[in-house]
Amino acid sequence: MDFIPIISTLRRHRATALLVILEIAFTCAIVCNAVFLIRERLANMNRPSGVAEEEVVQVILTGIGQKADPDVITRQDLVALRSIPGVKAVVSTNQIPFGGSAWTTSISTIADDPNAPVHVARYLGGGGIVRTFGLHLVAGRDFSSTEIVEARRVDETPTPCVIITQALAERMFPGEAALGKGIYMGKTRVPIIGIVERLERPNEFGGLSERGLAIITPEEISYTEGSNYILRVDPAQRAAVISAIEPTLRGVDPNRLILDRLPFGDVRQKYFKQDRAMAWLLGVVVITLLVVTALGVVGLASFWVQQRTRQIGVRRALGATRGDILRYFQTENFILATAGIVLGMVLAYAINMWMMDKYQVGRLPASFLPIGAGLLWLLGQIAVLGPALRASAIPPAIATRSV
Amino acid sequence: MFAYDLDLARRSLRRNPGLTLLMIVAIGFGVGASMTTLTVLHVLSADPIPGKSQKLHNVQLDPREADGYIMGQEPANQLTRSDAEALLRDHKADRQAIMTGGSVAVEPQRPGLSPLRIRGRWTSTEFFPMFDVPFLTGSGWTADDDTAHARVAVISKPLAEKLFGSIDVVGFTMRMESTEIRVIGVIDDWHPEPHFFDLSMGAYNVNEQLYVPWTTSRDLKLGHDGEMTCWGEEKGDQLDAGAPCIWIQYWVELASDAKAAAYYDYLVNYSLEQFRKGRYRRPPNVRLRTVTDWLDSENVVPSDAKLQTWVALSFLVVCLVNTVGLLLTKFLRRSAEIGVRRALGASRGAIFTQLLVEASMIGVGGGAFGLLLAWLGLWAVRHQPTNYSALAELDLPMLGATFAIALGSSLLAGVFPAWRGCQIAPALQLKSH
Repeated sequence: MDFIPIISTLRRHRATALLVILEIAFTCAIVCNAVFLIRERLANMNRPSGVAEEEVVQVILTGIGQKADPDVITRQDLVALRSIPGVKAVVSTNQIPFGGSAWTTSISTIADDPNAPVHVARYLGGGGIVRTFGLHLVAGRDFSSTEIVEARRVDETPTPCVIITQALAERMFPGEAALGKGIYMGKTRVPIIGIVERLERPNEFGGLSERGLAIITPEEISYTEGSNYILRVDPAQRAAVISAIEPTLRGVDPNRLILDRLPFGDVRQKYFKQDRAMAWLLGVVVITLLVVTALGVVGLASFWVQQRTRQIGVRRALGATRGDILRYFQTENFILATAGIVLGMVLAYAINMWMMDKYQVGRLPASFLPIGAGLLWLLGQIAVLGPALRASAIPPAIATRSV
Repeated sequence: MFAYDLDLARRSLRRNPGLTLLMIVAIGFGVGASMTTLTVLHVLSADPIPGKSQKLHNVQLDPREADGYIMGQEPANQLTRSDAEALLRDHKADRQAIMTGGSVAVEPQRPGLSPLRIRGRWTSTEFFPMFDVPFLTGSGWTADDDTAHARVAVISKPLAEKLFGSIDVVGFTMRMESTEIRVIGVIDDWHPEPHFFDLSMGAYNVNEQLYVPWTTSRDLKLGHDGEMTCWGEEKGDQLDAGAPCIWIQYWVELASDAKAAAYYDYLVNYSLEQFRKGRYRRPPNVRLRTVTDWLDSENVVPSDAKLQTWVALSFLVVCLVNTVGLLLTKFLRRSAEIGVRRALGASRGAIFTQLLVEASMIGVGGGAFGLLLAWLGLWAVRHQPTNYSALAELDLPMLGATFAIALGSSLLAGVFPAWRGCQIAPALQLKSH
């Protein structure tokens, strides 16, 4: 197909051609960025927490009034919960990944660090966290029974040792083995005895760069302080366990509020609901945008076909086949789409750079170029097919009539 | 003349019903999406306390340790208990209130109701007049009640109805955290959005239903909800008076700029005095922000809401480019007709006006459709799970804005095609036919 006559025709409709190019460019830029945002949201929603998600159940509870002996009741609760059939492990803790509200502590590699320290999520729970959450130890060991600090002695006992996440180990001691080294919480050096592969924070504290920075310390915590019991259960018996929780706890002490009992899947669902809503919204915008652009192309092409009816008739009379006419309009659309895509990609990267600056998104991957281009070419060809077929159906005889 | 223009426009639009519909639908989608997101943004960034937002000020001090101090850095966004209590004792502003949020268990005496978890606010007497809290019955507590650590409470209308089945409950006793407390006032359903005086539990939909004197709340050791930052050795009760923890909000009402300036100086002097005593480790670092400035500095409007607005506005741009292209082709196709009108004496201006009338008819149609979509869109937003979604309602100014945007954008879309249309030379067009 010869491009020259098509381009010279387009130059006679400069304004209209430019508008089509602009529309395709804008659509291309917006769709690329929106799809990229959807992908980032989905990746965020599906990122692992580090806990055994199929097996973990969260119980949120609170006492009524000042309790004389919350530590004793907590201990009785844990024993009672452990005796429910299907429960493998139980811990009383202060938070859970994706749970929302967080306990944060600042730590450092030297004592009284004058520089800004690292803020980490601090999980408390005696010796039970690693086992109950189902965390994966990649180095070192879990707390031994002698290291556990009982809740009533927390005020006078310094933290004896700590387990940290791999992400934190890499942040504090890049390129070195963190095991056996110490972190400072204020003036006290606390030795690292274990490293877990992953344990996410309860919320987005500090943004993307601070993800997965967490420590576990061996202080026990009563339910009145921590408000969280975490159970690790046999997935097959989960429903039965969940319905047994409330009566079991009431059996120990009826005078309190059990606010929630959630399998970890529900914790995750609740935490990411906004990301899910945003992904849906962007998806609807992308589809509507593609439809509007396609309809715009159909409208313009139809007009051009009508406008050029006589010209097409003349070409047919001079020997052009139906296929020639069809290809003419298809090639014309291809040229416009290509110009739009080139402009659109530049625009897409400009928008992406602006969003990286303002909304903490990543860089648009290069793979979006061919995919976006292919999609818009395809869209243009589908949109132009109808009008182009109508054009090719124009009989040569029309050339002899006046419009 | 205008009627003639309208008639021509109507005829022209009816000649290509599919195309007319396409343009109306495209503008409608663009306008609908933009208005939905702009309305959400408008609601989220609304002034929570109109008329007083310039008089109410949030107090920020910087009692943190010397480590990590950077000149010009933002001070802590809440106060320690000892600082807040000291400011309250000094009582230097026209009105002032110490406060923090918390949750308590309330045990209803009505049979068949199990204990409830209620969000409340522990504050001092001037909270109510300062924030114009609307009372249905009774009133807030007095300064004497504050000093006497009185066991009194103000509750919200929904809580009164739930606990007692009535709002006429002044003098009634309720059980809270195993303690008897007397109801002295019931307030109307009052929840300023954003929840400006305490943003640490999220800015929207906080739903506090119970107010207890600050002093009483410390006696009863009522809990604390929201952000708390501590430093130094983490030992002892973090809610104690001397604890190095920031978790208190402190608001003052200052009637004039001069008073605000004087109060600012007072805060600087207070910080300096604390620094001299060795209690503060950092030089005076004070902020005294009005409600509006405070909300700006805390970035309350969720970034997703802003992002959605950008997405919708760029969507509108595409829809407009689409419309410009279609109108242009359409007008240029009518060259012959325009040529004849020009030859018969119509001025360029007359042609321009007529074409613009045609464009604005599409704008009106698009605006109406867009309004319908915005209304549907907001309905969808209200059924979204975000904590602010329930607030998304279309108000009168936004309704007007919707139509203005629809009409404005379609006029804008019509200007260039109409200008091109009226440039058509009569002679050339007549010749070829």
